[in-house]
Amino acid sequence: MWRYVLRRLLQAIPVFIGTTLLIYAMVFALPGDPIQALAGDKPIPANVLSTLRDRYNLNDPLLVQYGKYMWGLLQGNLGENYDGQKVADMLGGRWTVTAQLALTAWIFELVIGIALGVWAGLRRGKVADTLVLGGTTLLIAVPVFVLGYTAQILFGLHWQIFPTAGTDDGWPMSYLLPGMVLGSLGLSYVARLTRTSLAENLRADYVRTANAKGLSRARVVGRHALRNSLIPVVTYLGVDFGNLMGGAIVTEGIFNLPGIGQQVFQSIQLKEGPVVVGAVTVLVLIFLLVNLVVDLLYGLLDPRIRYE
Amino acid sequence: MKTIDPGAADPGPPGAEPEPADAGAGAGAPGTAAAAVAAAGGGLGRASLWDDAWRELRRRWVFWASAGFLLLVALMAAVPRLFTSTGVNEGCDPNDAKLGPSGAHWFGTDLAGCDYYAHVVHGARPTLLIGVAVTLFAFVIALVFGMLAGYYGGLLDALIARLTDVFFGLPFVLGATVILVAFPSHGIGAMTLVLVLLGWTTMIRIMRAQVIAVRDADYVQAARLLGASDRRIMARHILPNAIAPVIVVATLNVGNVIAGEATLDFLGVGLQYPKVSWGLQLNLAQDSFVDHPHLLIFPAVFLSATVLSFLMLGDAARDALDPKLR
Repeated sequence: MWRYVLRRLLQAIPVFIGTTLLIYAMVFALPGDPIQALAGDKPIPANVLSTLRDRYNLNDPLLVQYGKYMWGLLQGNLGENYDGQKVADMLGGRWTVTAQLALTAWIFELVIGIALGVWAGLRRGKVADTLVLGGTTLLIAVPVFVLGYTAQILFGLHWQIFPTAGTDDGWPMSYLLPGMVLGSLGLSYVARLTRTSLAENLRADYVRTANAKGLSRARVVGRHALRNSLIPVVTYLGVDFGNLMGGAIVTEGIFNLPGIGQQVFQSIQLKEGPVVVGAVTVLVLIFLLVNLVVDLLYGLLDPRIRYE
Repeated sequence: MKTIDPGAADPGPPGAEPEPADAGAGAGAPGTAAAAVAAAGGGLGRASLWDDAWRELRRRWVFWASAGFLLLVALMAAVPRLFTSTGVNEGCDPNDAKLGPSGAHWFGTDLAGCDYYAHVVHGARPTLLIGVAVTLFAFVIALVFGMLAGYYGGLLDALIARLTDVFFGLPFVLGATVILVAFPSHGIGAMTLVLVLLGWTTMIRIMRAQVIAVRDADYVQAARLLGASDRRIMARHILPNAIAPVIVVATLNVGNVIAGEATLDFLGVGLQYPKVSWGLQLNLAQDSFVDHPHLLIFPAVFLSATVLSFLMLGDAARDALDPKLR
């Protein structure tokens, strides 16, 4: 098992370097001089310009810049934005907002998604099944910003069930509606995966054996069929947590939540490279870690899976 | 990352010894791919999977409903003049801004007083074009490189797998925004390129897994023993047996690409005025949704219905092609 973890960690290193280098190169290629952008239209004295460019390693070639950045990262330093602010400070408070939002959405996906999936899977071909399949297809089809505005207008403004925008009411109240909007896509996939996987496993030999042994329906479904059916669902939920953290730009914008997504979106427009690279680097790290945890969870769900 | 058997990441094809002399064989695969599919569908007789699938599809109302709607949208994209005589940004009167639906303006007017119906009609073309083009490119990439990686394994496979991981880990909206801000042009071509760059990973993974699943099958071994070349084995034996799930995902993918493109338009980093697309319409009107809901409803309904049609088409294709679930 530990050898497997070690091997996976070693495999993650080239992926991590590749992804961060890719994003670094993309930010590097953004047009315009970021130092000049600080001053707007006003001219900057040549010696100030060159000092600042030196300070932020802007005169080095791409790979050297990237190397220096990674060296700082290894020492736990996310770097400094061109206006002198520490990137870690700029992103600090925003991580909690994004994490709360992503977690709300994720729990929503997990609980409601699996519940709907089991409900439909047990009644394959019946009304409940058709209802869940149709409803989730519809949810997948409606783009998240359409869903966001519709939910905001209906639940926030008209019926005033939830706060319209902002984080004034704290967790969970302010995050419920945005969380549901953000999690609706994942919820649909989770429900469909659970449904299909469960319906397939219910026809497997080991379920017939369990039934023949006289086990209760709840035990057959819960302990035998469902546990096996959850492997693709857990895979999806793992991958999706990273997506939720990084994909919340639109939801954060509509509901005016000051999270990572909004900051990064602004920083891209302002060419604040260090902020963009810092945020994406942390996102990629989360993504890789969650994936490793998911792969290790397989063994818990299905004891036949061995790690070597 | 999606392999359930943790050992599967190690390439070790039993019985599939790669022929180093034949390294360039895969280059011919895409050309023969279409022929192979056609042969599998038409030439091999009534019992083929494709004939079965078609018979199954024909009976589904979902298939006809989504195909019908997509035909309508495709017609809008191809010949918008059939539906409206008003051109893009023509006949706009700022005095008539944000009017509700009426006899003169079926879908009302937008912020600049342009006919909303005409813009919805003209918005079909970029939306559909990008969705189909991106999927087509990603599909070809998946077929060629997924086949090569799955069939030969080894270093090439490891390289492609890592590269897929790198792009798969990139957050979609953030990645696309960075590239698009750096991009000098925001036309249909640029959008297609960016969406392909960020969206080629899903299908290649499925294709690779499919190829690995069938590459050691008895009929492949038999063909090899009879002296078939690698190229022939890939095109005639593996491809027809591996392609079905990829086609299903490709159909679903068109819907996802359209939704993704609309999101980028909506964020303001995609297509720009004076172009017209459904996502862009929603972007321009986003501050007026509360007081003028028609500005939200009409583009949103067309956008969602188009995505929905592709999803239902994909679902129907999956049901028809996967006998296990019948």
